[in-house]
Amino acid sequence: MTRVMFDSVARLQTRSAVYPIDYKRRSLLILLTAAALLMMLIMAGWLTNPDALSVQLDQRNLPPSFQHLFGTDWLGRDMFVRVMKGLLLSIQTGLAGAVCSAMIAAVLGIASALFGRQADRIITWLTDLFLSVPHLVALILVAFVCGGGMKGIVIGIALTHWPALARLIRAEAMQLMAAQYVQVSRRLGRSLFWIARRHMLPHLLPQLTVGLILLFPHAILHEAAVTFIGLGLPPHQPAIGIILSESMRYLSSGMWWLAVLPGAALLAAVRAFDVIGSHTKRLLDSQQYERL
Amino acid sequence: MPLEGKGLSYRYAQDGPWLLRRREITVRRGEVVGLQGPSGCGKTTLGRILAGYLQPHEGTVTLAGKAVRAARGYHPIQMVFQHPEQAVNPKWTMRSTIQEGWQADQPTMHRLGINEAWLDRVPAELSGGELQRCCIARALGPETAYLIADEMTAMLDAVTQAQIWHAMLELAQERSLGLLVISHDENLLKRICSRIEPM
Amino acid sequence: MSLLQVENLSISFARYAGWLRREIIMPVRQLDLALQAGEITALVGASGSGKSLLAHAILGILPANASLGGSILYKGEKLTAARQAKLRGKDIMLVPQSVTYLDPLMRSGAQVCLAARGGDPRKLQRAAFRRYRLDNEVEQMYPHQLSGGMARRIMAASAFVSGACMIIADEPTPGMQAEDAAETMKWFRELADQGHAVLLITHDLEAAVAGADRIAVMNAGMTVEWLPASHFSDKGERLQHPYSRALWNSLPANGFYVPQSDWRAVSSREGPGCPFASCCELAAAICREEQPGMREGERGWVRCHAS
Repeated sequence: MTRVMFDSVARLQTRSAVYPIDYKRRSLLILLTAAALLMMLIMAGWLTNPDALSVQLDQRNLPPSFQHLFGTDWLGRDMFVRVMKGLLLSIQTGLAGAVCSAMIAAVLGIASALFGRQADRIITWLTDLFLSVPHLVALILVAFVCGGGMKGIVIGIALTHWPALARLIRAEAMQLMAAQYVQVSRRLGRSLFWIARRHMLPHLLPQLTVGLILLFPHAILHEAAVTFIGLGLPPHQPAIGIILSESMRYLSSGMWWLAVLPGAALLAAVRAFDVIGSHTKRLLDSQQYERL
Repeated sequence: MPLEGKGLSYRYAQDGPWLLRRREITVRRGEVVGLQGPSGCGKTTLGRILAGYLQPHEGTVTLAGKAVRAARGYHPIQMVFQHPEQAVNPKWTMRSTIQEGWQADQPTMHRLGINEAWLDRVPAELSGGELQRCCIARALGPETAYLIADEMTAMLDAVTQAQIWHAMLELAQERSLGLLVISHDENLLKRICSRIEPM
Repeated sequence: MSLLQVENLSISFARYAGWLRREIIMPVRQLDLALQAGEITALVGASGSGKSLLAHAILGILPANASLGGSILYKGEKLTAARQAKLRGKDIMLVPQSVTYLDPLMRSGAQVCLAARGGDPRKLQRAAFRRYRLDNEVEQMYPHQLSGGMARRIMAASAFVSGACMIIADEPTPGMQAEDAAETMKWFRELADQGHAVLLITHDLEAAVAGADRIAVMNAGMTVEWLPASHFSDKGERLQHPYSRALWNSLPANGFYVPQSDWRAVSSREGPGCPFASCCELAAAICREEQPGMREGERGWVRCHAS
């Protein structure tokens, strides 16, 4: 056995520290870029002059140019302004629907874990019921019953999009309910409501936030789909679904910009939400303390 | 007012084997009782039934002759677990954790060796021994009459174990708490218990 | 020459403190240890003293944000990531602490066969089962059907057939009844007698003294003392480091004393001097100025100026 081995305090042969790249910074950067893009879309929708939506028959069917970024349609309306206005409307509708949906999911998910087996059975049955009907079909039905328009769309989205998130929240809440510290909390005399507020909500908030953001693109797409088939927003409103639906008729006559550019803009907005959602998830997940 | 378990029976599955069968146990206030037995023999289950974490299939738990109601309010029989890191909310500071059941007073915390600086930290920043001290402080509210220590120091080193038990025994005597010590360590039980019950 | 030499090992982690600020923490700062073939060496320390990290460092399974200082030599050669990948599971074997480490979808006989090296796996497995008094039916059982005792036997059998030179056991006896713990320790003794080097990582000093040849005591990420287990006896007069003495005398069987000084981990302390200078009853001027190195005393290695 070598003698020298223990007299090693003086010799510090530290291997060059290789730490992994800072994924948090990267995630944050991507997130901010996507958010900035979205903000730009929203601002554009707000700030553009609605006069450009007026009919100008001398400027009909122009392909994209610097003056009209997305070209003009058969009535000479500027497509860029129409698309931006339409996106803004879609985002508002989607936001309202997604928030309502996430709230339903949170309440039902937590209640499922909190109020015992009987409550859970009912809520699970309800979730399965809603999950078994395709989103779009249910949405069309609800929108139809409500007589179309913004209200119908928002209610429709709220009522159809919660089950998947509710399931997730329920599973998480169940786990929390069984956690030792929640059990201890009960024996310390804390009420179920207090436990839901102090122990569960803080744990579920990241899940809910991410769920909400990821619901968003879904809601927008479905809103556009329902409007596209004519059950959603009224035709005089510049909704993306309406723009797309109208442009279909002109596609065969070579006016590609009427469909492609609004479609791309919708895709960009949806994708931006998607990116924000998944990177928020990453950031929040890494906040869970890494144990040694 | 003794804590009594009368005819306690428990099994996991409806038709599974009995883990506990008509088990009797009595702990009086001011007494330190050891509960010894091999792993898997139902020590922890018995402790959980007494502390209201599990409902026995048969039998009753009584305190001063009256059945203990597990449903609501501060439970007079508290329990401290083997793994303190599972018994605290990982997102809470130790201050909120200790004060979840009662306003833990300075002397109690000092006696348990809880450092003021720990109170603003979260569990991941404390060692197992430090967390366990906090869990004990949390369980020692004024309404606590009995404390069940389930392998409370099994995961800790000997020095920390000795420190915690010395403080625990002093506090128990002062408040005339009844202690039920569940452990596999015969030497520890011999050292601290007035009586050892086989499982 | 020792089979494994750990020299001034330090393990640090980069982690986030808050949202974007990163800090480096060093749970293991000075770990020195050597393992001999045919011996059981126990590494004893409080939970969170960094002892399990040594096992991970030897096997090369530390997380990506960890970085190592010092060196680990295996058979006289530095352990590199490539060598570790080749050695782990073959030359170096980990005996896990619980049944959850067994593959839940594999029959136990197959698990043992999988670990077998140097011969017909089937035969080796049968022999190992006989040795550990496991019935033939157990071969066909899945992990969830095993009792705790059987699972421990299966894991011991896997180590037995592996032909590994070195066996690392991480907390093999937690919460075990005295007889079960003794039986487990007997298996490690048999493995050592066959020429394996066994590293036992545990917080249970009693089990270590009963079963190991040498004991390294760890506190605050450092090995403070490293000596033959037989010196842990009586009132600990033959121990050289004050922390080892405190640890020994605080056992329920040995007086259950609460030490005067507070030996709680002081790992966050930086600067010169012994990390225990502020709490040690033997501390002298030199302890505050110079960090003690590991030096050889009459009964073993110790990291202390005062003894």
